[in-house]
Amino acid sequence: MSATDTRPIVRLQKVNKHFGKLHVMRDIDLDVAPGEVVVIIGASGSGKSTLIRCVNGLEPFQGGRIEVDGKYLEPNGASGKSLQAVRTEVGMVFQQFNLFPHLSIRDNVTLAPRKVRGMTRQQADATADRLLQRVGIADQADKYPGQLSGGQQQRVALARALAMEPRLMLFDEPTSALDPEMIGEVLDAMRELAKDGMTMMIVTHEMGFAREVADRVVFIHGGEIVEQGPPERVFDQPRHERTQAFLSRVLKH
Amino acid sequence: MELNFQFDWHAAIASLPYLLKGLPYTLLISFGGLAIGFVVGILFGLMRISPTRWLRIPAVVYIEVFRGTPVLVQVLFIFYGLPTLLGGPINALTAGIAAIALNAGAYISEIVRGGVQSIERGQREAGLSLGLSGTQTFQYIVWPQALRRMIPALGNQGIVSIKDTSLFSVIGVGELVRQGQVYIANTFTALEVYFMIALLYLAITLSLSMALNLLERKGVVG
Repeated sequence: MSATDTRPIVRLQKVNKHFGKLHVMRDIDLDVAPGEVVVIIGASGSGKSTLIRCVNGLEPFQGGRIEVDGKYLEPNGASGKSLQAVRTEVGMVFQQFNLFPHLSIRDNVTLAPRKVRGMTRQQADATADRLLQRVGIADQADKYPGQLSGGQQQRVALARALAMEPRLMLFDEPTSALDPEMIGEVLDAMRELAKDGMTMMIVTHEMGFAREVADRVVFIHGGEIVEQGPPERVFDQPRHERTQAFLSRVLKH
Repeated sequence: MELNFQFDWHAAIASLPYLLKGLPYTLLISFGGLAIGFVVGILFGLMRISPTRWLRIPAVVYIEVFRGTPVLVQVLFIFYGLPTLLGGPINALTAGIAAIALNAGAYISEIVRGGVQSIERGQREAGLSLGLSGTQTFQYIVWPQALRRMIPALGNQGIVSIKDTSLFSVIGVGELVRQGQVYIANTFTALEVYFMIALLYLAITLSLSMALNLLERKGVVG
């Protein structure tokens, strides 16, 4: 369901980024339609995490332009006010969860809605309880992050991001720091979210999940988009030899 | 020569009422100085890690000057030196509080810097990614965690500064040591009086240690 008839919610135009001499993103052009699930794959160091971190301005970039929901991020950190506006509309789930260890699970979820959206504590608590229910941890709301398993923490992180009612969700290797038996529960929660029509950009090494959930798979190598298309096409008939080499490494064992 | 000197408990106890007159001064200089020093330390500690160079440089200069010179010299400078510049005398108590504030402030700046820098980058990124401003992220996420990690180091600094106030007998503030010296001059009971003074310092520093331990344990899980 790549809704190409509507205006893209994310539009990257000729985005370039350098880390010193290293050219980590080269002329990246990428549109994401509302409701679309885009999975970005590639070897470590290919620039895929950097790409999605640019979309909410956690990484500055040097050339090109990024449009998110009608607001523009400018090169060299010159976005000004639109930076915080973009972040308010874009949720992110990190590899290391990054829950706030000094706050209860409920307060992890309610902090931003209260401080940014101006919700009352009662409103925010109601939202938090509903979202924690949705990700299956309603009974842990009064605990602290350190008392939860990795899988539970990552689901709280998802609820925390959703509490801001984002238009777009970014996932930066959300299952890479998890014990194998906990990966499933996090992927399930993401699957539900995709089913509900959330626009998602996901960096992951879970190829089975990518094939199942993605509307489009984007393969990045050396800071460039080498190939993209529907998952069946990219996984079963990769056109570029770099894609073939990468897939044969990650799928053959 | 036969050593038949005995510790005279009566003399020790008898000195207490007189010594205790110095206690309020010791406490006032210590905790007044530390309270101001904490504010100074937060200010300069944050300036020290500012991305803005013209905030960073003055902080570095302040920290290096006040960590790198003895607190005794600092208080002598303030009490005897500064009046020449200011054209008026400085109260000894004020000079003592100022010296502790400036000296502890320099060390606390470094404690604040270390505490804030020890918070993982991902914490800040998570706050920003939720749409919190930089200031909100610091206020609600980074600072509370940093403060908790700073408690043991702040406790150390508190103890050091409390003991440093004993040097201020040289400018004539009637704190514990000064009171003791005056008392000894009349009674020749140095052994007993200095023993009691040591006990009083120990009582203050132990109380502080216990209070901070409690604070650290009562802090939230995580």
